[in-house]
Amino acid sequence: MAGLYKSDVKNPILNWIDSRLPVVTMMQREYGSFPTPKNFNYFWAFGGLAMVNLMIMIATGVFLAMAYTPNTLMAFDSVERIMRDVNYGWLLRYAHANGASMFFIVVYIHTFRGLYYGSYKAPRELPWMLGVVILLLMMATAFMGYVLPWGQMSFWGATVITNLFSAIPVVGESIVTWLWGGFAVDNPTLNRFFSLHYLLPFAIVGVVFLHVVALHITGSNNPLGIEPKGPQDTLPFHPYYTVKDSVAICVYFIVFAVLVFFFPNYLGHPDNYIPANPLVTPAHIVPEWYFLPFYAILRAVPSKLGGVALMFGAIMVLFALPWLDTSKVRSTKFRPIYRIFFWLLVISCVTLGVVGAKPPEGIWVPIGQLATAYYFAHFLLVLPILGKLERPRPLPESISRPVLGGGPLPSGVPAKPMEKA
Amino acid sequence: MRALRLAALVGATLLAAPLATTPARAAGEVELPHVNWSFSGLFGTFDLASAQRGFQVYNSVCSSCHSLKQAYYRNLTGIGLNEEQVKAIAASKQIPTINDEGQPAERPGLPSDHFRSPFPNELAARAANNGALPPDLSVIIKAREDGANYVHGVLTGYADPPPGFQLMSGMNYNNVFPGHQIAMAQPLRDETVEYADGTPNTLDQEARDVVTFLAYIAEPEMVERKRTGVKVILFLLLLTGLTYSVKRKLWSDVH
Repeated sequence: MAGLYKSDVKNPILNWIDSRLPVVTMMQREYGSFPTPKNFNYFWAFGGLAMVNLMIMIATGVFLAMAYTPNTLMAFDSVERIMRDVNYGWLLRYAHANGASMFFIVVYIHTFRGLYYGSYKAPRELPWMLGVVILLLMMATAFMGYVLPWGQMSFWGATVITNLFSAIPVVGESIVTWLWGGFAVDNPTLNRFFSLHYLLPFAIVGVVFLHVVALHITGSNNPLGIEPKGPQDTLPFHPYYTVKDSVAICVYFIVFAVLVFFFPNYLGHPDNYIPANPLVTPAHIVPEWYFLPFYAILRAVPSKLGGVALMFGAIMVLFALPWLDTSKVRSTKFRPIYRIFFWLLVISCVTLGVVGAKPPEGIWVPIGQLATAYYFAHFLLVLPILGKLERPRPLPESISRPVLGGGPLPSGVPAKPMEKA
Repeated sequence: MRALRLAALVGATLLAAPLATTPARAAGEVELPHVNWSFSGLFGTFDLASAQRGFQVYNSVCSSCHSLKQAYYRNLTGIGLNEEQVKAIAASKQIPTINDEGQPAERPGLPSDHFRSPFPNELAARAANNGALPPDLSVIIKAREDGANYVHGVLTGYADPPPGFQLMSGMNYNNVFPGHQIAMAQPLRDETVEYADGTPNTLDQEARDVVTFLAYIAEPEMVERKRTGVKVILFLLLLTGLTYSVKRKLWSDVH
């Protein structure tokens, strides 16, 4: 029996499988006994929430695709058919549409958690960079998904965004024609967007897998940003974090349910209930809310190419983040000056979101430019320079002995039960 | 728990953000008068009597120009009509079909038929309406910002143009319609329809009734959706409470 894996699994059938394909052992190691820092707060639940959300999107999407027709003459009506005639079609569609918004809420919080606690710093650069790849794939998927109902915003959003590529010198126009499969957004565009919208989520699953594998090599960061010193600093993932994440998942489902059942169109745009019409341009073409900050950056400079470069640059700069931040201290908890800049970044992102929804005129133009300037300055100036200048507060000795007044406890003496996270 | 609260706060802020970011209404548009609709709110349902009167308004006035092509006659059971009534209404319509000789023909409607459209195609609709296209009303309440108040506002917003206003020929002045020039002549006035149930047939009442009907047609699933939502959320609250207490118990020995 040389070559078989020596499995510890008791159940004979599972043992037989595990000896040949040690998936049971892998799950036990990665999600059962996996040593996890014991001081996570609830912000650490958002990675798991994103995973749940991705599964909901794929499950609802597969069933929607069974009733959807990717043809410009029938797409709008087929969506209404889903809403009216398919059993619980309204639930599937509203869950899918609002699920996209929930996905971005969850992922944006997950990203800012990584920024605040320095989760992108060595040795966790790759989980961070793979995360940025996931964000890019999500954006492409969400954009193409929004085109499928073939309403006015679908059509005009697709026209505006695909036209961005025409800003590329020399080959721009040819690229746009190639993307469209014709000389305007039309049936070939809808067909390929549907195909890619179905494909990309599985690419996301693949990159999520790599994101998690890379994370499990280094282990998770934690709110103190210091590595666990030994078993006293960690807990097995199951049952501690499976149960804690379950609490977060329940709360997440409540928010999701409120949207789906009571405000299903709150985050959408009424114009998308008007069938696409290439001859009528809506008064304001606005993207979905989760793209608004990027839309504001796009419009921050008067040059089209410049705007497009800045917009893509806003994501690309995140790839370089692990090397732009020169501070060795991970958690912003111990960086009093950086903490101010972190919140400035949050404010500038929210401001960009507001500016993105307004027509590009009056006071909104300089506000958008200022916020854009800060966004880039934060990554390209503040992080490299502040890391060298700032004097961080002293780091605790270890996770189980945080310097909270009392000083180090003698080992072996049980500390006072920790307040629930 | 503090972090959970903070996380919830961040989430709520993100959800509330669109409130602040809704594009400002274009200049010149008026503030819509707010009607207290039976179907608004978390527990709102359709006032069935009003929706039935609204169907009467649609059927006798709007339907001569506006299609309702996503809706079926069978959907009328949702506003409280019984199957016999729905069958009779459907049968009173002539539905275009192809006969056994392969020639275009008409047949009496069935509850399973879509509402008959007044025009065979867009060109015919424009030709009959001075070049303007009467929009399909199937989802009109969802297709406008604050749709119910907007449609009610347009129907009751006809007035004489203010002095100096350049009204194009064939157009009508409307307080609520964007640009104030609307191709549709005032469709409803006091006493346009005669209500069998004795409800006063004022313009405002007729507009409210037809909006209630159109709101039902736009979202026939709304009542079921809200009812399901209440059950789902009650269940989730219970589940959250149970899960949280399991979590507390489990973590009580962590130090």
